[in-house]
Amino acid sequence: MSIRDQILGRLDAALKNTNCQPLYAEHEDRSVVTEYYQYTPEQRVERLTKMMQASHSEVHQVSEKNWPAKLLDLMQAKQLNNLVIGDNTPHGQQLTNHWKEFDETPDLKSCQRDIEQWKDELFHNTDAALTGSRGGIAATGSIIVWPTPEEPRLISLVPPVHFILLRASTIHNSFAEVMALEKWQQGLPTNALLISGPSKTADIQLTLAYGAHGPRELIVLIVNDMETR
Amino acid sequence: MTEIIASSTTNTSTFAQRTTDAVNDPELRKNFRAAMDFLIEKRQSVFDSDDELQRLRRLGNRIRSRALSKLPQLLQQLETNLTNNGIKVHWAETPEQANAIIYQIIEQKNASKVVKGKSMVSEEVEMNDYLIERNIECVESDMGEYIIQLDNEKPSHIIMPAIHKTAEDVAHLFKKHIPGTEYNEDVDFLIQTGRKVLRKIFYEADIGVSGVNFAVAETGTLCLVENEGNGRMSTTVPDVHIAITGIEKVVELLSDVPPLYSLLTRSATGQEVTTYFNMISSPRKEGEHDGPREVHLVLLDNGRSQAYADTQLRDTLNCIRCGACINHCPVYTRVGGHAYGTVYPGPIGKILSPHLLGMEETKDLPGASSLCGACGEVCPVKIPIPDILLRLRQESVHPDRSGQSEYKPTLKGQGAKYSSKEHSLWRTWAMVYSSPRMYAFISFLATRFGRLMPRRLTPWGKARTLPQPARKSLHQMVKERQA
Ligand code: SF4
Repeated sequence: MSIRDQILGRLDAALKNTNCQPLYAEHEDRSVVTEYYQYTPEQRVERLTKMMQASHSEVHQVSEKNWPAKLLDLMQAKQLNNLVIGDNTPHGQQLTNHWKEFDETPDLKSCQRDIEQWKDELFHNTDAALTGSRGGIAATGSIIVWPTPEEPRLISLVPPVHFILLRASTIHNSFAEVMALEKWQQGLPTNALLISGPSKTADIQLTLAYGAHGPRELIVLIVNDMETR
Repeated sequence: MTEIIASSTTNTSTFAQRTTDAVNDPELRKNFRAAMDFLIEKRQSVFDSDDELQRLRRLGNRIRSRALSKLPQLLQQLETNLTNNGIKVHWAETPEQANAIIYQIIEQKNASKVVKGKSMVSEEVEMNDYLIERNIECVESDMGEYIIQLDNEKPSHIIMPAIHKTAEDVAHLFKKHIPGTEYNEDVDFLIQTGRKVLRKIFYEADIGVSGVNFAVAETGTLCLVENEGNGRMSTTVPDVHIAITGIEKVVELLSDVPPLYSLLTRSATGQEVTTYFNMISSPRKEGEHDGPREVHLVLLDNGRSQAYADTQLRDTLNCIRCGACINHCPVYTRVGGHAYGTVYPGPIGKILSPHLLGMEETKDLPGASSLCGACGEVCPVKIPIPDILLRLRQESVHPDRSGQSEYKPTLKGQGAKYSSKEHSLWRTWAMVYSSPRMYAFISFLATRFGRLMPRRLTPWGKARTLPQPARKSLHQMVKERQA
């Protein structure tokens, strides 16, 4: 008998010996996971902003039109020389087109290549990255990121600064609510992430320090798309 | 590195010795007290509604109990869904088997460099030692784990592995072990130093190893909870990712995850949420540009099925490893994590380790509790830890349980604490107390001559003032009053 079958056999026998009946989820009261976290659309933006700032993220309100300019300002103010983007995403294209009008902009790098081809560049010569997001979670101040071939997993992790675009209309009340609403159980991507701030640690003497292994700075650009919808 | 474990598990007197040493170290007691007070306060501040907390705990308990009520079925469902997603599943009964599986994958890949995210199960199987003996470089990347690996130590806490170290300790360590590093006790400086060293390790690693916080049967998804980003690095940069976890970590539904995640982060460090919640459902797919090309999951039993065989002890497997019971434990706070001599310290360690290591090696642990009940009160999944401790105390002095009417399996090392001397002492005690004449005779002796007893008659008296028997017994006084 394989090790697998031995282990499963022991567990089966245990259930039988102890006369254990299976429990069912239908009989559970789950209201506690959503009940305390009900907000209006405006409150969602407010709560997410407050929570994210508390975890040391920078949050800016921007418009559909002006965000590339805001991003340029921030890049210059932080003296960042280059930015990785998913150049064939709509926001990647919008940014590229907007920045073309200026003489002096940071370099734009494309992530449309296998990591093996530019691992060295990503690790050692990339200042910042921009990614879109799938949505936000007001209750905990989190951003939902499902990396794609256009915006792969490592660009939101390796560069020291991460800019995220978040549409206000995609901010949900809670993790439980968005998961149920969008039926995540029917199909998850290779990697799904919640990002709730810059990388941090309190492993030395419980003293909080930022920039442990991931980005030192997380900058969220909340695009106000509420009126238009 | 194995020193702590080895000494504790082979020498019966060392548990007492280690706790005595720890209690006599005022610096250690001060550090642990301060750290635990901080964590207790943080937890309190993040559960602002007691109503929510209690309801959430009930739900957490229910979700975990439901998973255990159909564990074999869920493990098979998990295996099927992971396999369909392209993740390879391996089963290990013992630490040796788990290590062999991991080593075999490494060998097949011709790999030599492993980077590890935080994983208590990999500590449990002592994977680092196993791989290093076979000339595989294996570096811890969680900051706390990295620090203690440099000092050849074991974690002293399951969430904060280097909680026993001060910034000065770390500054000395870094100066000694990282070439070109000056002594500097500024925490930001130290973390940035660690970041630099470990970036290179991530960059070069062939294999990334991680633990798993929740394995979702419904979707075939591995969930990792962390703040640093080393978990994401270890599971994304190297070409191969190997996750290792215990068979109890499976949950049935994806919707079981949000409540457990919330209970975990709030109970552990008093955070509403951690920086990253990382859900992995497959290796790199066609057309994707990064991520490991292979993902493996090693499912480890190592005594868990023994706990599972008993209705009461099964609750031990509900644990989500938040560490809250440790933070609130008055014993842990005084002796620290290393004194236990096991990978999992504190209350959870006391109820889990007997299954992993057997009772011979852990027989003193269930007794090392004042049964104050704090652990059971804070446990986010409502494990009745004090009851389980009492039960294990009984099992540790009882030989074989099989053949009883109520089904109770025999535990590994059952009865290891049994001593004929203690047994006959208690029998005599029972005899005296059930016979009025003998009781009267003994209390007569005690009231007249009890004061002559040597002060250090028992080990109990070594650290305590022995009580002095009163000159008159209660019976005597009542009689006098009635007269
Ligand atoms: S026993 Fe409960 S309190 Fe202790 S680590 Fe496990 S889940 Fe947390």
